[in-house]
Amino acid sequence: MKITFDWLKDHLDTKLKEDKLLEQLTNVGLEVESVENLSVGLDLFKIAKILKTEKHPNADRLKVCDVDVGEKEIKKVVCGAANAKEGLITIYAPPGAVVPKSKVKLVVAKIRDVTSYGMLCSESELNLSDESDGITELSPKKYEKSIGKSYFSKSDSNLIDLSITPNRPDCLGVRGIARDLAASGFGKLKNLKEKKIKSNTKQTVKVKISKEKNQACSSFGSCLITNVKNTESPKWLKDKLVSIGQKPISAIVDITNYVMLDINRPLHAYDADKIEKGIVVRNSKSGEEFTALDNKSYKLDNGMCVISDGKGVLGLGGIIGGTRSGTEFDTKNILLESAYFEPRSIRSTSKKLNLDTDAKFRFERGIDPSSIEDGLNKAALLIKEICGGEISKIDIQRIETDKIRTIKFDTNLFEKITGFKISLKEILKILEDLGFKIKKEKQNLKLTIPTWRPDISQEIDIVEELVRITGYDKIKIIDPIKERTKSTLTQSQKLFHFLQRAIASKGYFEAITWSFTDSNYNDHFKDKNKEIKIVNPISSELGVLRNSIFSNLIMYMNKNLDRGFKDLSIFEIGPIFSGSNPGEQNTVVCGLSAGKRSRLSWIEKERNVDVFDIKRDVVQTLVEAGYNSDKFFIDSETPNYYHPGKSGRLFLNRGKDQIAAYFGEIHPNIIKKIDIKTESLVGFEIFLDNLKLPKKTLKDQKTKFAVSDYQKSERDFAFVVNKEVKAQDLINAVSSVDQKLISNIRVFDVYEGENIPENQKSIAISVTIQSSEKTLNDNDLENINNSIIKTVENKTGAKIRS
Amino acid sequence: MSDLKNIQNDYSAKLNNNLSLDEINQIKSELFGKNGLISSQFKNIGSIPETDRKKFASDLNQIKDELQNLITNKINEIESKKINEKLEKEKIDVTLPERPFARGKIHPVSQTIDEISSIFSEIGFSVEEGPDIENEYNNFTALNTPDNHPARDMHDTFYLDENKEILLRTHTSPVQIRTMLKDKPPFKIIAPGRTYRSDSDQTHAPMFHQVEGLHIDKDINMGHLKGCLNYFIKEFFEVKKIKMRFRPSHFPFTEPSAEVDIGYEIKDGKIVIGEGDQWLEILGCGMVHPNVLKNVKVDPSKYQGYAFGIGIDRLAMLKYGINDLRAFFDCDYRWLNHFGFDPLDVPSNYRGLSR
Repeated sequence: MKITFDWLKDHLDTKLKEDKLLEQLTNVGLEVESVENLSVGLDLFKIAKILKTEKHPNADRLKVCDVDVGEKEIKKVVCGAANAKEGLITIYAPPGAVVPKSKVKLVVAKIRDVTSYGMLCSESELNLSDESDGITELSPKKYEKSIGKSYFSKSDSNLIDLSITPNRPDCLGVRGIARDLAASGFGKLKNLKEKKIKSNTKQTVKVKISKEKNQACSSFGSCLITNVKNTESPKWLKDKLVSIGQKPISAIVDITNYVMLDINRPLHAYDADKIEKGIVVRNSKSGEEFTALDNKSYKLDNGMCVISDGKGVLGLGGIIGGTRSGTEFDTKNILLESAYFEPRSIRSTSKKLNLDTDAKFRFERGIDPSSIEDGLNKAALLIKEICGGEISKIDIQRIETDKIRTIKFDTNLFEKITGFKISLKEILKILEDLGFKIKKEKQNLKLTIPTWRPDISQEIDIVEELVRITGYDKIKIIDPIKERTKSTLTQSQKLFHFLQRAIASKGYFEAITWSFTDSNYNDHFKDKNKEIKIVNPISSELGVLRNSIFSNLIMYMNKNLDRGFKDLSIFEIGPIFSGSNPGEQNTVVCGLSAGKRSRLSWIEKERNVDVFDIKRDVVQTLVEAGYNSDKFFIDSETPNYYHPGKSGRLFLNRGKDQIAAYFGEIHPNIIKKIDIKTESLVGFEIFLDNLKLPKKTLKDQKTKFAVSDYQKSERDFAFVVNKEVKAQDLINAVSSVDQKLISNIRVFDVYEGENIPENQKSIAISVTIQSSEKTLNDNDLENINNSIIKTVENKTGAKIRS
Repeated sequence: MSDLKNIQNDYSAKLNNNLSLDEINQIKSELFGKNGLISSQFKNIGSIPETDRKKFASDLNQIKDELQNLITNKINEIESKKINEKLEKEKIDVTLPERPFARGKIHPVSQTIDEISSIFSEIGFSVEEGPDIENEYNNFTALNTPDNHPARDMHDTFYLDENKEILLRTHTSPVQIRTMLKDKPPFKIIAPGRTYRSDSDQTHAPMFHQVEGLHIDKDINMGHLKGCLNYFIKEFFEVKKIKMRFRPSHFPFTEPSAEVDIGYEIKDGKIVIGEGDQWLEILGCGMVHPNVLKNVKVDPSKYQGYAFGIGIDRLAMLKYGINDLRAFFDCDYRWLNHFGFDPLDVPSNYRGLSR
């Protein structure tokens, strides 16, 4: 909503200055978005007279004009306008002036070898109208004596742009803003006694609101103005509109706009001669069409509120009129409409047709139903004054009467909600100033809500009005109490934060990427999940919700590789989606590691990152988070985006209940398709929601401290097994022998090749044996040795290597 | 007598010479070997007349200790000399780089969430979460924003179905609804998380982060709201005083509603929070609308309280001097390295939010 202080003063008596005004607007909740001085530099534009024109020596269509700008010196100006002729009074812009429309700063310029000092302006260039055909022609009668004076009247008033919240339609009119300011003590609201139409002629265009279900128009006021002569608006009106950045069009359009901006009363003017057999306000039928004033044709659905006549749809009520009945400069008879339309209907119709107009914006927020007559009076009288003609009586059709809305307000509620007190006297004054009618009833006030405040419906709204006008700075700070009755984080939230930092501490950079992704990337990683499309994505590259974090992560990994970073680990912790219902999401920690370890190191041998690097990151993280790696179970069933032979699946225990993590090389086909250039790319996913949360607190997890001081022995074994046998099986077999005595098992060599039969491999392990009860003697150790060999051979088909 | 004296003198003199380790060991066995000079003297003690025996034994022990000390010192001396000679040859260039190490970083948004949680933890808030995909009811209707309400235009919503019933949450406020439906009052929660709006330009990203706050009890009023936010902002920006302004605004789910601005100024091209005469909007808040309470079966005549919503990314930008919102989600290694935090740098009440 754009206003000027000058316009506000039409409604407000105040001695306060503009800087105070800006502060006060914000204080009452009318946020000042920007302040702009539109009139800076406009004083340079002078009323001038062409004394002589000559043909430009080097251009057929240009003229060289001698222009009197009220100074001693006559200015030479090159001009291309056909209407530039001797004696014409027009508007001259000197070098240095900035043309309002193009924002171009004029300079002394040579045009085809003739020097031109400034420019003669068209109305369009000055944003006065759309007229760009020729330069402005000013009436000699009015302007002959003003040559050399500024064309634009001097105004110090800035253009103030307010952000009006959707609950305040009343402040979409200057008067509503003035009322709020007055209530807050910033001056006094002027009591404008609107003149009323005095007429004996009847309004002869018949208007009918059809009584049907979901009729969105509850009342329709109109009056007929005959024999008008539509014309240019007078200067005061043009200035007013220009001062808030609007472009004057014609008197009738300008007047309806002015009334709308002044008191937030949208009006519509029809060319009465183009209405066939009266007006019917009704719901549209599917398939009806009409051409609106934006020159677009609209096809309507059932149930949209239309203004129609014998020939069909004239316009969409409260949204936009049609070209068929629009007013033009030669319009003689005008029907002026001032009606009330339901906000919900306005909104659903405009949404369906994707139509946004100033009238729609206002009606969907709620127009004061009782302003129908005021609007007609104000506009009709102005039309008569400017365009002449005769005004008919006002005709108002209603299908329901306006409801008077009241609230009982318990004044104690104010302190209960705001924490501070104001006196009853203050309460009464504020509410009265805002337009409430008040009846005192013991504890309560019975309030009649102003018709222009559709946002107020309950007691709490009254508290808001009172505290807003009193000032939020009156609210006292109550310091918070430092007391915690409930733990801040749940177990799973703690785990989230732990995993996040545990992974980062292993050299991974945390990324945050969109929850949506490119379906082309997602396809690689969606495995068995279904694609979840966004109906209205920002772009096709962000068209689906991610089924895996990999799709985004791999794309950004690639970008970083392209930037020349070769060895990089990144991760993200966040949601992935398995369906489009609330809750069909899982939290995943997903990481990628690319390139080499120890590249170009003087001391370490460089090598590609591999599956066992990433397995370490996963296992170490889970161990740090409190899970026992002795119980982990790993197999090689992984989704199709991993290398089928170089990836693994991890369960927290042998029960294989839920998958804790995947790790492995990214499938070479994907790397090829996405065209990632790196020596190696490995990744992992840890599924946070699948990790069983420890039931015990950390305190209870610490069991009694018990260690053995008896001597421990280490025994090495080398087994030859079939290639399919997993190291995990071997280790499990060993530990099953005697869990009390076998305290540690390490694989220290895996070997295939010479001396080992084909399809077999040798696995060498070191076993630590220690009792908590005694020092084991040679005999004991020998027994365990034999038992280990026997068990492993039985369970895995291995042979001990001699 | 003189025997002992002679041994003492002879060997003291010998041990003063420059000797090799072998020579010292030779001397050691000459003195203390099985038939060594000192050892033999000990065997003689029995043959010494009783009157002299005590003195003899005492002298002998003294000489033994003296010579043994001399030998030990001599050996130590030689060994340390040897080590020193060896070390002299073992000098390496310690300015060569250490073995490579990997260092990861925590994203500034995650760090900021931890900071926020830490501050609110101190005054008794706990953390709640909700799903990213929401239904239209929780995101709008229950929050007093019915269909066909112009306030819905303030949110450009991503929808997952043609009927516009399933959407990506446009704010964290639906967590209020979920929390209040799930439990009984009082409520004192914050809910940080991802939020989505179909808006994308220099200052808007289609995904961003918010933290919701909700405190409902029997007598929570606007003074508590002001106090809570005043405390939070001071703690977050780690300043003693903060210039803060509450101004009336409108949100369908709060009444009265406010927007909060903080004062700032630009000093040497950097933004300084808390002073100056410029205002910066940082959050929206208000008293939870009675309609919202009714929707979640909380009696508004018994319970009341406040809610607020803060843009986390924006807070991070202000605190850490980050200019470009889009960069948060671009995953540029250089940016992550520059603005990221060490994973060990965990914000907490006792050690402070930042180093």
